[in-house]
Amino acid sequence: MSKLTNPLNDRGIVVVAAALVIIGAVTLLNLIGPAGTFWQALGLSINQICTLLVVLATVAAVYVGVALLFSRFSHLNPGRAAVVSGPFLWLFLFFLLPFFIVLKISFAEADVAIPPYTEIYSYAEQKLEIILNLGNYLFLTEDELYLAAYLGSLKMAAISTIVCLLIGYPMAYAMARAKKESQTTLLLLIMMPTWTAILIRVYAWMGILSNNGLLNGFLLDIGLIDTPLQILNTNLAVYIGVVYSYLPFMILPLFANLVKHDNSLLEAASDLGSSNLNNFWKITVPLSKNGIIAGSMLVFIPVVGEFVIPELLGGPETLMIGKVLWQEFFNNRDWPVASALAVVMLAILIVPIILFNRNQAKELEGKA
Amino acid sequence: MKKIGKTLLALSLAGMAFSAAQADDKVLHVYNWSDYIAEDTIAKFTAETGIKVVYDVYDSNEVLEAKLLAGKAGYDVVVPSNSFLAKQIKAGVYQPLDKSKLPNWKNLNPDLMKTLEISDPGNQYAIPYLWGTIGIGYNADKVKAALGDNAPVNSWDLVFKPENIAKLKGCGVSFLDSPTEILPAALHYLGYKSDSQDPKELKEAEALFLKVRPSITYFHSSKYIGDLANGNICVAIGYSGDIYQAKSRAEEAKNGVKVLYNIPKEGAGAFFDTVAIPKDAENPEGALKFINFLLKPDVIAEISNYVSYPNGNAAATELVDEAIRTDPGIYPTPEVMKQLYAFPDLPAKVQRAMTRSWTAIKSGK
Repeated sequence: MSKLTNPLNDRGIVVVAAALVIIGAVTLLNLIGPAGTFWQALGLSINQICTLLVVLATVAAVYVGVALLFSRFSHLNPGRAAVVSGPFLWLFLFFLLPFFIVLKISFAEADVAIPPYTEIYSYAEQKLEIILNLGNYLFLTEDELYLAAYLGSLKMAAISTIVCLLIGYPMAYAMARAKKESQTTLLLLIMMPTWTAILIRVYAWMGILSNNGLLNGFLLDIGLIDTPLQILNTNLAVYIGVVYSYLPFMILPLFANLVKHDNSLLEAASDLGSSNLNNFWKITVPLSKNGIIAGSMLVFIPVVGEFVIPELLGGPETLMIGKVLWQEFFNNRDWPVASALAVVMLAILIVPIILFNRNQAKELEGKA
Repeated sequence: MKKIGKTLLALSLAGMAFSAAQADDKVLHVYNWSDYIAEDTIAKFTAETGIKVVYDVYDSNEVLEAKLLAGKAGYDVVVPSNSFLAKQIKAGVYQPLDKSKLPNWKNLNPDLMKTLEISDPGNQYAIPYLWGTIGIGYNADKVKAALGDNAPVNSWDLVFKPENIAKLKGCGVSFLDSPTEILPAALHYLGYKSDSQDPKELKEAEALFLKVRPSITYFHSSKYIGDLANGNICVAIGYSGDIYQAKSRAEEAKNGVKVLYNIPKEGAGAFFDTVAIPKDAENPEGALKFINFLLKPDVIAEISNYVSYPNGNAAATELVDEAIRTDPGIYPTPEVMKQLYAFPDLPAKVQRAMTRSWTAIKSGK
């Protein structure tokens, strides 16, 4: 009892209790009142709220359990253990668990049923049978389509990352060199567009790039071209959309890195006769290596699996793994092959993810 | 801490008991195709029955099916096409309709019901809603400018002859993004059965498409409506009603775009959308009331007027606006009817081969 309450100070208990009282009161009001409008406005039924509460309670119980176990083994006090084990629990719930579900389906067989795949284990007459169907993975090697799609996605991600870096680096550099007062404004300007939903921003690009769109209208008006340029529904449009959408993810880590640079290094180099260009290549770029890696990974990793932007802006020749996955799942009703594709994609992405993690760890060590 | 836990437990148990007792039969979740109902149908239903409708839309059978097969989709009424219905019935997605609660069943067109038995033997699970054809929508002026007065706008020659479609490339050509609805047209054009499962014949259809592929602007199942209406594309192979919608949008915008629709003379695919109730529907009683409401001749006639699709209700035909009832693009003549073919339910292997062909066609790989 006392051990359990340790991690929470008095104020914490008050907050938790207050939250519970509020949730309870609203739930009760919801039950008594006429068709509880508050929760319905949120789109939750009473049943869902209760399920949510039970899930939250279970997660909390598991969390406390894990923290207690961890503190036993690590000689940390329960409060610290709770803090340390938080990220692990998060990873387990939202990464490992879903991944295992996908992995499980990738070993099943497609079936006409709900859900549309076979169970990989069965238990009858005291015999537990586990059937792993490797056919889905072998199938991926039989058709060059899948390889072409992976390569298409990797190419799209690589080129977009390079373009983002080429555009983002000067921007981040300029921001880092700007006056302290204006930096906040500049940061806000970079982040503000991301406050709009990505779908709407990509739709806006459809309006700009289409044959009757703003860009073609402008070019026709000034007489630079006499037939509209076909940009929408081509790979070029996808590159434009991807670079536009992911640029902030490149700029922010670069800025965070560049803003910390010590100007006296550049001054010292100049004093010793180094040119500005030389300063940039020999001092600024090597020092910002971690920022470059972090920004590049933040762009590269999500772009490989990107689906929305190529779907809306891309043409038929845009072959990416996200679209192929969609086809396996929706057109072919083959959830197992779709899952196998997803598992392989994750395996491909693990190299850059590890690279990113290492880099982050180094960055942290550097700070300490 | 113990107390909090106990309170939580008591609270959730109480909640569960209550929610079980209070089954929500005043709300109905309807999942339908986009732009596929009249503006006031839902409002009238709510006024008549007091049931509130939560209305949600999709633009492809595949999306609906994925939700249904995942289980517990949360919908009470859904509108699958007949070619998807068969497999979904086999998978156990739907509950049989209680015909005693559907007095308006008698209004249905018996011929159409017989056709639907291919997908739903005994008509146990679904009623026909609207149906339509997949044909040629085009921008009259732009096609004339590209191909002259004798442009074959009432034939698949328009898009399957490379020399024709090449001239349309400049103004834009779109196809539905659906292998199972478009490949049959190529098979049919080549003189094979539209539901052929022969890999050799499928390969030939693929080759036909690869020849015209460089002239196709894009494959999509809904965005051609807007593009045809504002002149971004000049030919769309699409759903009849969608093209009529593009026509009325262009008329409303007064942008000078004249959209027309033709069922190709060689024959075309016809789809039948049906209304069914998922097995896990939370409000099956409300769903039956909704279906019975849709079976009223005046209700479905208003929907046909609004979306320009013919319905499966024999008693409703005379209530449909004359302009729509007599338009051969919407209500085909008996001769054209004979040329139409339905989309069958395909075995998984053929389905996969078609999807693969489609990817090859679309990417040119």
